[in-house]
Amino acid sequence: MADKLRAQQQLEALQARYIGTGHADTTKFEWTSNIARDTFASYIGHPPVLEYIALGLGEPREKVRAQMIEKMIQPVGKPPEVQD
Amino acid sequence: MTTMSSLYMYSLTVQPPSATTHAIVADFAGWGRQQILTANGSILSLLEVSRMQKGFNTIHTHDVFGIIRGLATFRLAGANKDYIIIASDSGRIATLEYMPDEKRFKPIHLETFGKSGIRRVVPGQYIAADPKGRAVMFASIEKNKLVYILNRNVEGELTISSPLEAHKPQTLVYSVCALDVAYENPIFAVLEVDYSDSEQDPTGRAYAEIEKQLVYYELDLGLNHVVRKWADTVDRTATMLFRVPGGNWGPSGVLVCGEENITYRHINQEAFRVPIPRRLGATEDPQRKRYITAGTMYTLKGGGFFWLLQSEDGDLFKVTLDLKDSRTKTNGAVRRLKIKYFDTVPVASSVCLLRSGFLYLACEVGDRHLYELERLGDDDDELVFDSDSFPADPTEDYTPAYFQPRPLVNLVLVETIDSMNPLIGCKVTNLTQEDAPQIYTISGAGARSTFRTSRNSLEVLDLVESELPQPASAVWTTKKTVDDEYDSYIVLSLSAMTLVLSIGEDVEEITDSGFLKETTTLAVQQFGEDSLLQIHPKGIRHIDANGKITDWPTPQHRTIVAAATNNRQVAIALSSGEINYFECDSDGSLAKSDDEAIMTGTVTCLGLGEVPEGRVRSDYLAVGCDDCTVRIMSLFADGAGDRLKQQSIQALTSPPSALNIMAMKDRSSHGSTLYLHVGLYSGIYIRTIMDEVTGELSETRRRFLGPKPVKLVRVSVKGDSAILALTSRPWLGYADPQNRSLTLTPLSYLPLESAWSFTSKEFTGMIGIHAQDLRIFAIDKLSTNLHQESISLAYTPRGFVRHPEHPLFYVIEADNNVLAAPTREKLIQDYAATNGSAPPLPPEDFGYPRAKGHWASCIQIVDPVTGKEVVATIELDQNEAAVSVVAVPFESQGGETFLAVGTGKDMVSSPLSFTCGYVHIYRFLDNGRSLDFIHKTKIEAPPLAMLSFKGRLLVGIGADLRIYDLGIKQLLRKTQVVGVVPTRVMDLQTQGSRIICADQRESLTYVVHKEQENRLIPFVDDTVARYTTCAAMIDYETTVGGDKFGNVWMLRCPPKVSEVADEPGGGLHLLHEKGYLGGTSNRLDLVMHFYTQDIPMAIQKIALTPGGEKVVFWAGLQGTLGVFVPFEDRKDVRMFQQLELALRTDDKPLAGRDHLAYRGYYIPVKGAIDGDLCERFLLLPNDVKQRIAASIDGNWTPSSIEGKIWNMRGLYAF
Repeated sequence: MADKLRAQQQLEALQARYIGTGHADTTKFEWTSNIARDTFASYIGHPPVLEYIALGLGEPREKVRAQMIEKMIQPVGKPPEVQD
Repeated sequence: MTTMSSLYMYSLTVQPPSATTHAIVADFAGWGRQQILTANGSILSLLEVSRMQKGFNTIHTHDVFGIIRGLATFRLAGANKDYIIIASDSGRIATLEYMPDEKRFKPIHLETFGKSGIRRVVPGQYIAADPKGRAVMFASIEKNKLVYILNRNVEGELTISSPLEAHKPQTLVYSVCALDVAYENPIFAVLEVDYSDSEQDPTGRAYAEIEKQLVYYELDLGLNHVVRKWADTVDRTATMLFRVPGGNWGPSGVLVCGEENITYRHINQEAFRVPIPRRLGATEDPQRKRYITAGTMYTLKGGGFFWLLQSEDGDLFKVTLDLKDSRTKTNGAVRRLKIKYFDTVPVASSVCLLRSGFLYLACEVGDRHLYELERLGDDDDELVFDSDSFPADPTEDYTPAYFQPRPLVNLVLVETIDSMNPLIGCKVTNLTQEDAPQIYTISGAGARSTFRTSRNSLEVLDLVESELPQPASAVWTTKKTVDDEYDSYIVLSLSAMTLVLSIGEDVEEITDSGFLKETTTLAVQQFGEDSLLQIHPKGIRHIDANGKITDWPTPQHRTIVAAATNNRQVAIALSSGEINYFECDSDGSLAKSDDEAIMTGTVTCLGLGEVPEGRVRSDYLAVGCDDCTVRIMSLFADGAGDRLKQQSIQALTSPPSALNIMAMKDRSSHGSTLYLHVGLYSGIYIRTIMDEVTGELSETRRRFLGPKPVKLVRVSVKGDSAILALTSRPWLGYADPQNRSLTLTPLSYLPLESAWSFTSKEFTGMIGIHAQDLRIFAIDKLSTNLHQESISLAYTPRGFVRHPEHPLFYVIEADNNVLAAPTREKLIQDYAATNGSAPPLPPEDFGYPRAKGHWASCIQIVDPVTGKEVVATIELDQNEAAVSVVAVPFESQGGETFLAVGTGKDMVSSPLSFTCGYVHIYRFLDNGRSLDFIHKTKIEAPPLAMLSFKGRLLVGIGADLRIYDLGIKQLLRKTQVVGVVPTRVMDLQTQGSRIICADQRESLTYVVHKEQENRLIPFVDDTVARYTTCAAMIDYETTVGGDKFGNVWMLRCPPKVSEVADEPGGGLHLLHEKGYLGGTSNRLDLVMHFYTQDIPMAIQKIALTPGGEKVVFWAGLQGTLGVFVPFEDRKDVRMFQQLELALRTDDKPLAGRDHLAYRGYYIPVKGAIDGDLCERFLLLPNDVKQRIAASIDGNWTPSSIEGKIWNMRGLYAF
């Protein structure tokens, strides 16, 4: 029992530390949101990729950067209704 | 060795990226004046701007082998120089100090705080240093913020604390800025959005009500922790923060910039808000709101401060604060915020305002600019908008502010630095029949787009050009006395006479110089103190200061065939093979040595070095003979009193045509070494080290320069000695300004018959003879060996293609969210009808009028060779935008070539949507100088890739591949294959019946065309999802390509699969093969993989140097030009592998990124050696070089390794 508790605690510590660490009940919404946020963060962080996208959109880089962070708030739409 | 890959490539950067992603200003060298530190890709460069040199001077560059994400600078209290902090993908904080004497960045601290790579929660995206240099904050886009305390220990060294955390989960960060709070506890202002509620609310209400907050994080230096001191809601659209001076200078706080507003915010202060003025003008949408995208704060010397903030259109606004009680104290409470239009410059990623009054603009696209601040915009009549007239609450209504854009008033453009960023396409080809191919690129965006022709050559300044009465064979300049600063005479050797010109106010012929006129001349030399020497075939003429002439005639029936001179020595070779030697006597006269040497063959040339400082003679004479040897002779009396003894001999591949002994700058401990320079009749140039004591020759560098015999001339460029080698075109051999290794670069100049150095009061440079012209020219830039010529284009280029025969290019261009030309014209006419016409502002500076959903697109014909201009422009209408272009010879039309342009209608980039696509067909008229529209064919999707294939047109439409033939009214579909790739065809390549399809997301698919059945069958694809941007076939099985994440890779089809695919017949066996895991039945093998950081946009297999081997040449989005050189020798591969391994540990990347992990960012490096890392070897101290060389298997010495490194660049690239 103690082992299980400890494993549980370790997992929670991991989840708190590394966002996106999954658990047995990860929903599709959580999973896809997480991937989408990671993706946007990566686009913003790699200067050539950001430039490539900005060029495609015909917008200044700084504006595209802000738009992408904005998209990270709710990247895959509204969360699903909670069913009990 | 089993671990060896079948193929190895050596990656080299030919031109580093030119996209400046970050730039900061500070005094890094501690010189009491400011420098600019810029990050271009992975390269840090330190620039200095000075009024004396009129522009930029690159002090130092360093490749950090990591992705630079941010730069910050800080100065410890009481220190006299600024330190650098780099935020990179290493997951470490790297602090550097620039050491001006050693010319290097010295790493001070490297502390790990997180995982490497660029991740959502690993800090490094934002970096802000306290203005008093006490702390620095690292933040990630989401959640994590770390604060490091910077301090000094008793020895005065920088110390860095363990990080203090200020994390907040589920919070996104838009901007971070360090507040100016003088010596109170450091505060960092952060613009945050907490999305935790919206994550839980399925109704979407919480999302709609999300607020953006300005949060102050205070570092309590006493308690050593970070607290969230203050948070307040700001405008939802805010994206940027700028610091407001504090302490004695101002009220402290921040400027929060959002959509059409700039707000002053601070704890316990009221908010003040001004709008960002909108542009007035015929084509401007009066409802469009702007964002601030860049800016800088500037404090004036006597107190006072202002900001220059740039909007997304490029307009600079001057923002100032009015303070209460400004007379008595400068840090009073704020009364109002003011904004006014300042000037319009290109949109920048960083704006740096220097204290010396220069404005450095790291432009987002195109060339970087340096401006000088002429006025501060204080006393012009621009409208000032202040916060009194605008509500501080972002939700309240207000009347927008407007201004009229105008040409520059306050700024003056001083200099531009060439930049190919963003580079869209590149083709290397030889259109002008030169020795080496030229690099043609399309780059830039919007109206700042350019078509560039680049050559590996040095830019030459043409100073004087004058015609001679008859063709001359040689030219010299000479001073009259040894102490003269300037040259006095120009001596020309014509076909049977010698012409002497004096240099004064005018250059005119003189006859009283004492020179023998009725002969050709072999050499001219200022001799001894104040005499002159003329060496001609029949003898030597000595002219002393009083004009007294002494002649030394040659023995009977002999003539002088070669001569070498310096200020105190003369050596001549006679037609009989004898070498005579003379020295300067104490009275300045010529004294012949009794010693003679007799050569067996004919002497072709002689070489003599300058007299070393403080000595009476140069010790060695180099003699070139027609038996393909160079012999070194001694000129000092040996033990037996003999001179002209052979010391060493070197065999050559061809008779030498020119010799020169000259010291050149290099990396040796003295800073320079004596070299013997040899030019051969076969056009090869050789440089060998000559031992100053023994005359031994060692360490040879050799390169083919051109098909004509090489002549060598000693010149001086920018104060350093260099060698001018004349063959089919002139070359300059000089020490690379960065690593001081020998660089040979052709001059972008006419071929020269003869040349000499030239110094006069007006200019310093070189004088040369081209045909019947005498030309004086100078070289004043050695920093780049790529010379660019650019032609302006109308819109962002999207692709280009060459005319099959004529040297013309067809460039397709398209700009998103820009009004098309016909719409613009109509708006201008309508406006003029009501308001009177106003002169239109040039779009290069002001950009095009923007409107969402509109496209402006055109096809331009560019002539880069003769006219160097755009020949014709064909605008596209109906919101069509060109996406692909190809020239196709249609077999059905008797092989006549047509231009096919693929377009998309009403395209939206994200999420992708469009109405349909078209293929336009044009006929070439007037030798390709104009186009005749024939018809257009509607297709379902924009064709991103088209290819001429077996006399027909192959089109990639979405995921499908289709072959069209030309019909009278439209294109006729001949065959198609549906879903050949999973996503979208981006690029097509072909050889024979094989077609390579590059998918936007899923790498390559090989397709075979079966003639008999007219069927296209995909037969092999890849296992890895590569977001392909470009691809090129290396051979029938192998393709090299690049992807959107910055990788270059090479894929090879297994030979068996390749064979089976080409079996004769209808290919039924291929059709009936079972697919494997949702793809084709076979898979490609990965041969080579390398991470370059820059996104490859074009790739090609080509030989870059005359007579060189073919290499893979690639061009990246940020302006990088690079090559991959295949290794020919296993032994070399092993050496370079071990060298790389040693350098990874002995010369660790500055930002703390592990080199192997960096080059294997996405996929481990395979079959590639990083040449840029290997070239770091040249810069290491000698003892480290020795150690590394000893650790490499197989008898390598530092000089042999350096030779190999030089060969890889010198022989295959430049």
